[in-house]
Amino acid sequence: MASADISTALQQQVQQALQDGTRLDIRGGGSKTFLGRAAHGTPLNVGNHRGIVDYDPRELVVTARTGTPLAEVEATLAEAGQMLAFEPPHFGTTATLGGTIACSLSGPRRPYAGSARDFTLGCRLINGRGEMLRFGGQVMKNVAGYDLSRLMAGAYGTLGVMLDVSLKVLPKPASSITLVYECNAAAAIEKMSGLLAQPYPVDAACFHGELCHLRLSGSEKAVRHTRAQLGGEELASGMEFWRTLNEHELALFTAAPVLYRIMVKPATPPLPLAGKWLLDWGGAQRWLASNEPPEHIRAEVAKVGGHVTQFRGGNRNGEIFQPLSAPLLALQQRLKCSLDPQGIFNPGRMYAEI
Amino acid sequence: MASVSAESSPNNLFNALRALLPPDSVLTESEDLHPFECDGLSVYRQLPLAVVLPETVEQVQAITRLCSELGVPLVARGAGTGLSGGALPLADGVLLSLARLNRILHIDAANAMATVQPGVRNLAISQAAAPYGLYYAPDPSSQIACSIGGNVAENSGGVHCLKYGLTVHNILQIKMVSIDGELLTIGAETLDAPGYDLLALMTGSEGLLGIIVEITVKLLPKPERAQVVLAAFDDVVKAGEAVGAVIAAGIIPAGLEMMDRLAISAAEDFAHAGYPRDAAAILLCELDGTNAEVSEHIRTVREILSAQGATEVRTAADEAERQLFWKGRKSAFPAVGRISPDYYCMDGTIPRRELPHVLRQISKWSEEYGLPVANVFHAGDGNLHPLILFDANKPGELARTEEFGQKILSLCVEVGGTITGEHGVGMEKLDTMCVQFESSELNQFHAVKHAFDPRGLLNPGKAVPTLHRCAEFGAMHVHHGKLSHPELERF
Repeated sequence: MASADISTALQQQVQQALQDGTRLDIRGGGSKTFLGRAAHGTPLNVGNHRGIVDYDPRELVVTARTGTPLAEVEATLAEAGQMLAFEPPHFGTTATLGGTIACSLSGPRRPYAGSARDFTLGCRLINGRGEMLRFGGQVMKNVAGYDLSRLMAGAYGTLGVMLDVSLKVLPKPASSITLVYECNAAAAIEKMSGLLAQPYPVDAACFHGELCHLRLSGSEKAVRHTRAQLGGEELASGMEFWRTLNEHELALFTAAPVLYRIMVKPATPPLPLAGKWLLDWGGAQRWLASNEPPEHIRAEVAKVGGHVTQFRGGNRNGEIFQPLSAPLLALQQRLKCSLDPQGIFNPGRMYAEI
Repeated sequence: MASVSAESSPNNLFNALRALLPPDSVLTESEDLHPFECDGLSVYRQLPLAVVLPETVEQVQAITRLCSELGVPLVARGAGTGLSGGALPLADGVLLSLARLNRILHIDAANAMATVQPGVRNLAISQAAAPYGLYYAPDPSSQIACSIGGNVAENSGGVHCLKYGLTVHNILQIKMVSIDGELLTIGAETLDAPGYDLLALMTGSEGLLGIIVEITVKLLPKPERAQVVLAAFDDVVKAGEAVGAVIAAGIIPAGLEMMDRLAISAAEDFAHAGYPRDAAAILLCELDGTNAEVSEHIRTVREILSAQGATEVRTAADEAERQLFWKGRKSAFPAVGRISPDYYCMDGTIPRRELPHVLRQISKWSEEYGLPVANVFHAGDGNLHPLILFDANKPGELARTEEFGQKILSLCVEVGGTITGEHGVGMEKLDTMCVQFESSELNQFHAVKHAFDPRGLLNPGKAVPTLHRCAEFGAMHVHHGKLSHPELERF
């Protein structure tokens, strides 16, 4: 699909919405509509705002319009032997760069390389006054002004319409292998968190189907050498395994009544909650397919200092993200108001109050 | 809300502070205030009304409540090593030093994190984590003295940013006291937190949004091996191109630093690091990781550097020589301080491809102004530190130095970079902020500040310029042939 800059048209639509008092439902490729709370408002289609604006592999930075298909960005980087190191899931063929950053989605490499937010360097956006603003930039280090571009990551479009995003990119590892070990959840947690203090080139670790999976990436020699030290069986279809995990194509994700995303400290022992578990991110991000009442799940997770997102299924008009404390919610409401005073962008998509 | 202004009755303020804090935690005598009159940028000096040195979080809360009630501005200060005047006191304000909140609260090796108070020194965290094989990655040159609270407020970098990121990439959670005295937990001990990413917003906010009273940092495993290669070049531009070639080969060095002739010679006199004095530029390229990977990468990097025309490529013979190579680099600022009565450190970041153009222009201006420049460059991430040498005792020389510096920063913006990579805006770069941002963007920053601190009591007047200031500045400096901030009236 052709590259097109529709910034001005989008700005006019926002200004019109402000005039008419209309609320907007910002849409890219529509692949993330299942996330968050149910959307309300007139669709604002950013999907046609696409194209890579600047990419120089030597600078390790790519800038692209937010409607650019994620697959296109990744294919362009791959031609130069580079990648989005946060390994974003697509959740469908229509995934866009903007939606990925707005939802701050990161894959198995996240604990070892960083998140979508970590790789965000700058963005251009339309705020809730209809102004086009630029924050951050195309350089790695930039402390001029508040970091509003990283604030956009994970804000689910509630703070503004992102127009383009600059991301840090990294070289693809020269080689990767996946090792598996038969064990139970408790042993896997111990193994995975124990590796946090070891200088091995581990860049993914999960527990699924009574197997602990480790991915090693780096130079050929480094990977072979570490493989000899760590033992385990090599999984021939390793790359495909991590892809199906990342894209939620494993049975656990698709068959789930309700799928919860549970964030805890990685060394946290298995939680006493009924359902099917998959522990990713070295134990720090745990997926639970369960019929237990959400309140019960939140209460158990709160005991270990974690938080819960009702990721798929269930009531999408209720509490999806972990409820915030009253003072924190009030602060977030004021922040929302500072960027979107009339509350026109994706109202209620994150929390009913913002 | 009390309407007593501190200016009219500082004694009321002093008495109220003394009622909240132990006697030695409130300083009001001029001789006690002097040590706090500036941070690392000593051309700006100002005595505050009072200095407070709280020992507990509750005391910080009580101080903010009092200042809020009396409408007295509050400036937070860590170790005072900042280079942009961010911790410069205000004449009508209270300076809040976090030096006494200096305890390491918890090293959680199983989860690779540490919880510390803001006054803990950057290096002390790595020292405390070392027995577990862990360390805290960001390492600003001032790491033996600078505090972690200040690092968060400035989003400090260091020489290992390209691979390991800035402060914002290496912290998980902070506790912050709002101007109303409320204690808020921002972020989480988990890899992300619900709601907006306030942790990113707080990092680098220069004390304008809240007072940071506790930080949980991420710890990393100490690499199995680190090795550094030194390469000499007879031309700065060749050295710059070699940096791009290393990265194009798919290698991300742990550190990639460049120094030019004047910086090399100053550092060599100071640290005796064995740098080649006849070189126009040197690169220090550090590789870390597993033993096998480092060996492989060292070989590749040596080949690339030679192919790029290095006149000499030297791998540190042992750990002692590696440390010595770095000692030279890390002491470059004080080393330059010895060869000139004063120096002014710039902190722009540029896309790396612009390096030859920017260096040529700096060198041209250096001749025009008659002010020598030593260049120290975090080459891997494009962060440039030109040090302008001057003598503040010569009439007019500081003003000319500042003008020269502003030209450099404007050039950084022009080529797609930024006016500050890691030192912050503080007091120093308020005018150049007007070059980098439009009025609508500055207004947005002010609106964000208002959401946290509606009365503007936290470090007011720093980091984000008022539109009026920009209008005055813009009236003097017409940028790209167009008047900046044309919507404002001139006066």
